[in-house]
Amino acid sequence: MTKALLELRDVSKTYAGGGLLSRRHVAAVSGVSFSLQAEQPEVFAIIGESGSGKSSLARMVLGLSAPSQGTILFRGQDVTALRSRRDRLAFMRQVQPILQNPFEAFNPLTRVDRYLYATARNLAGASDQAAAEAAADGALQQVGLSLAELRGRFPHELSGGQLQRAAIARALIPRPALLVADEPVSMIDASLRMTIVNLFRDLRERLRVSIIYITHDLATAYTISDRIVIMRHGEIVESGNAREVLAHPQHPYSIQLKESVLSIEGAWNKETALVSSGNREGSRL
Amino acid sequence: MQPILSVSGLKAYYQMRYFGVAREIRAVDDITLHINRDEIYGIAGESSSGKSTLIKTIARAIRPPLNVVGGSIAFDFEAGPRDLYALSEEQLSAIRWRHLSYIMQGSMNVLNPVRRIRHSFVDFAFRHMGLPMPAFLQRVEDHLAHLSLQPGILESFPHELSGGMRQRVTIALATVCRPDFIIADEPTTALDVVVQKNVLGMIRRLQQEMGASVLFVTHDMAVHANLCDRLGIMYAGRLVEEAPTRALFQRPLHPYTAHLIRSLPRIGDDTPRHGLEGRPPSLAAPPPGCRFHPRCPLAMDICKREVPPMEELESGHRVACHAALQGIAP
Amino acid sequence: MWNILRDLLRYNWEFAAGAILLGAVIIVAALSFISPYPPLDVYVAPPDMPPSSEHWLGTNSRGQDVFWQLTVAVRNTLLFGVVVAVISRLISLAVGLFAGYMGGSVDRMLMSVNDTFIVLPIFPILVLFYFVMRDQMSWALLALVAACLGWSYDARLIRSVALSLKTREFTTQSAFCGMNAAEIVTREHLPYVMPIVFTTTMNNMNWSIGLEVTLSVLGFTDVNTPTIGGMIYWANQHAALVSGIWWWIAAPVALVIVVFVSLFLLSLSMNEYIDPRSRLARMGSG
Repeated sequence: MTKALLELRDVSKTYAGGGLLSRRHVAAVSGVSFSLQAEQPEVFAIIGESGSGKSSLARMVLGLSAPSQGTILFRGQDVTALRSRRDRLAFMRQVQPILQNPFEAFNPLTRVDRYLYATARNLAGASDQAAAEAAADGALQQVGLSLAELRGRFPHELSGGQLQRAAIARALIPRPALLVADEPVSMIDASLRMTIVNLFRDLRERLRVSIIYITHDLATAYTISDRIVIMRHGEIVESGNAREVLAHPQHPYSIQLKESVLSIEGAWNKETALVSSGNREGSRL
Repeated sequence: MQPILSVSGLKAYYQMRYFGVAREIRAVDDITLHINRDEIYGIAGESSSGKSTLIKTIARAIRPPLNVVGGSIAFDFEAGPRDLYALSEEQLSAIRWRHLSYIMQGSMNVLNPVRRIRHSFVDFAFRHMGLPMPAFLQRVEDHLAHLSLQPGILESFPHELSGGMRQRVTIALATVCRPDFIIADEPTTALDVVVQKNVLGMIRRLQQEMGASVLFVTHDMAVHANLCDRLGIMYAGRLVEEAPTRALFQRPLHPYTAHLIRSLPRIGDDTPRHGLEGRPPSLAAPPPGCRFHPRCPLAMDICKREVPPMEELESGHRVACHAALQGIAP
Repeated sequence: MWNILRDLLRYNWEFAAGAILLGAVIIVAALSFISPYPPLDVYVAPPDMPPSSEHWLGTNSRGQDVFWQLTVAVRNTLLFGVVVAVISRLISLAVGLFAGYMGGSVDRMLMSVNDTFIVLPIFPILVLFYFVMRDQMSWALLALVAACLGWSYDARLIRSVALSLKTREFTTQSAFCGMNAAEIVTREHLPYVMPIVFTTTMNNMNWSIGLEVTLSVLGFTDVNTPTIGGMIYWANQHAALVSGIWWWIAAPVALVIVVFVSLFLLSLSMNEYIDPRSRLARMGSG
C-alpha cells in the first residue's frame, strides 16, 4: 500500500470555554477525515463560513496546534510527534503555509526579500548569500516576479498581489509537496485576485504540488479546485468532486450555501432577486 | 425633482507632516455626483480607491490630517439645498440621525459592548424623536418587530448576539428615526453569505418602505448588482464611471469596470479569468493623465497626458475614458 | 542617523529640551577629568566658603570644592544609572520576549521567577545586602544587584507585547522560513518592543539613580565613592543645613532634578519617534 501524502483520521479539536465556574468545551473541529494521495497532486478546497472550523483544521495540518483526538499523518508520520528541530525543519521542507493577509505575513518593518533568503538558507541548503539569492530568484520566476523587483523593498512598497505572489514564491523555495493556503485572496484587491487564483492551479500542473485551499467563496473554489469538502460547525457535511458537488449539492446546508451566493446574472432574475425591486428595471432618472 | 445630495468638484486630501517629511495623499480628487431621493446609490472600488474617504467626507466625519481642499457637498432635506460644511455644530447634530444616519462595517463599533442594546437606542435616537420614554421604547419595539427582531434583544448585551443579528440591530438603530439619507459602509463584508443575503434584503425593503436614499459602499460587485439602483465606480480617488446598475453591468464603458465584471468567478462557468497587471497607483504620487492608463489595455497617447473628462455618453451613463469617448468598447 | 537627530531637534521641542539639558549634565560630568583636585582628597580648599568667583559653588565643611566634587559625583551617578538600565533591559528583554514567544511551560517557569522578583521588597534586600557585604560593598556590585532586582515589571510588559506578536501572521511565516526562536524574537519581535525598552530605560535610570541616592543618603553604600547621594550623605553628616552651608545640599539636588527632567523629556520624544506606527508613516506607508 502506498502511503498517502496527507491523511486525517477522525480529527477533532475542542477548546475549553466558559468562565471560571462553568467549564464547557467548544468543538471547533469534530470527526474530520480525508486524505490526499501523493502520486496525484490536486487542489483540495475546504469550504466553510466563519466558525466552521476550517482555519482550526489548517493550523492542525501545519502542526501549529495539536488535535484533541484523532491523528494527522503526513507521509505516514504523525504531525504532532515532530518535536525536535530537525524533524520540524524536515516537515517544513515538505509543507508550507500561504497566509491570509500578505501585509501581515510580511513584517511591515522588515524587507521582503529577507524572508526568501532565510527560507533558502534554512530549508533549501543555500550555503551563502549568492546561493540564497539564486534560489529566491528561481522561485520568484515561478510566480511571475523577479528578485530585481523585490530586492530591498518593504511590504508597503508592493501591491497586495505582488506580496502574495512573493509569499507563494517563498513557500516554493524548499520545493514542498503540499501548500496550505488559508483564504489567500480574501485581502487582495479584485483586480489582482484572479492572478493569484490562477497561479495556484498553474503550480499544481507545473510543479506537481498539492494544495489545500481554504475559502468561504464557492465561486473561487469552483474555479480552481479538483475536490472539495464543505464544513459546518466543525463537521464535513458534503465532499466530492468540486464540479459535481457545486453543480448539484445534496446536503441541505450546501444547497442553502449555494443559493445564498449573490451573482450578477441572478440580480435580474425574479426568483433569486433580493426583493421585488420594481423600480430597478427601468432607467428611472 | 431635486437630488437629495449633490457633490460637486469635491477634493479631500490627507495632508501630513512627519518630522519634516510632508506628504499629501489625494484620496478624493474632483468628484461630482448626485444622489436622488428614494434610490440606492452604490460606490464600488478597491482598497485605496478613496471610497472610504469619500463617505467620511460626505458624512462630515473628517479629522485632520484629512482636509476638504475644494468643492462642495449639499444636502437637501426639507429646507432646500444646504452646504454641509457651512452648518454649525448645532445644526449638524440636529440633522444627524434624524435625517442622516450610518450603518458601519463593524457593528461592535456602534454598540457599546458593556451596555444592553436598549441603552444604545436611547443614546443615539431618543433626543431626535421628541417622544416621552415609554412611547419611544414602544416605537423601538415596533420597529424591531417590523424587522423580525424579538423585542427581548433590547435587554441583551451585544456579545450575546450573533454577527448577523448584531448587524441587523445596527440597521434598526440607523433607521428607527426614519432618516432621509443612510450611509452604509461595507455593512455586510464581515458576514457569512447566508446572513449577508438576509441583511441586504432587509436594507432594500426598509429603503423602499421609507422612501429613503442609501449610499452603499462595498468592493463586492455581486452585492452591487443585486442591491443598487445606480452605481459609481471609483479608481485611485476619481469617479471613472456611473450608470444605472443594469446598464453598467450589461454594457460597461470603462475598461476598468469591464475588467471588474469579467474577472468575477462564477459557479458553472469554466472560461478562464484573468487578473490585471500592475497595481493600483499610490495616491501620494498618482500617474499623470488618466490614472488607469498604466494598466489599461486600451491606453493611447492622450491617456498619458490628459485627464479624461466625465461625459454623459448615454442617458444617465457617465464615463471618464478617452477610448470610450471615441466609441471604443472595452 | 544625523538626519534623524537634526529632524528630532528641529520638530520636537521635548527632544531639543531634553537633549540640551542632558548634554549640559554630560559636559559637567566630563569636566571631572580635568578637575584640579583629586576627588577623594579632603581639606584641599578652605572649608565652608560660600559661592564665589574662585569656588563657583562654594566649598564644603570637608574642605572640598563643591563644583568639582559635583562633576565626579554626577559622572558616577549617571554611569550607575546607565549600567543598571543596560543590564536590567537585557534581562527583561530576554525573559519577556522568550516567555511570550515560547509560551507553555517555558512561559510558566520564567513568569514564576519573574513574579517572585516582583513581590520581593527591594529596599530591605539592598540594606540587608549592605550589612552582609560591608567593606566589600562597591559601586559596581551595587549596580549589579540593582539590575538584578529591577527588570521584572518591564519583563512582564514586554511579554504582553510578545504574546500578541506571536499571533501575528508574520510570526507564523517566519517560523516556516526555518528561523529558530532566537532569530524570530530578535529580528521580528524586537523592533516592536523597542518603544517599551526606551521608555523603561529612562524610567529605570530614574528609579536606579533615585535608589542610589536614597541608599547613599542613609549611608548604606560605599560612601567614599563620590556620588550625588554620597554628597548629600556627607552634607547631612556635617549638618550642612543647620550650619547654613545650603550650597552643599542645593547643588547636588538641583543637578539630580535636571537629570530626571532631561531623561523624562527624552523618553517622551524618542518614544514617539521609534513607535512602529510613526516609523511606518515616515517610510511612506501611512
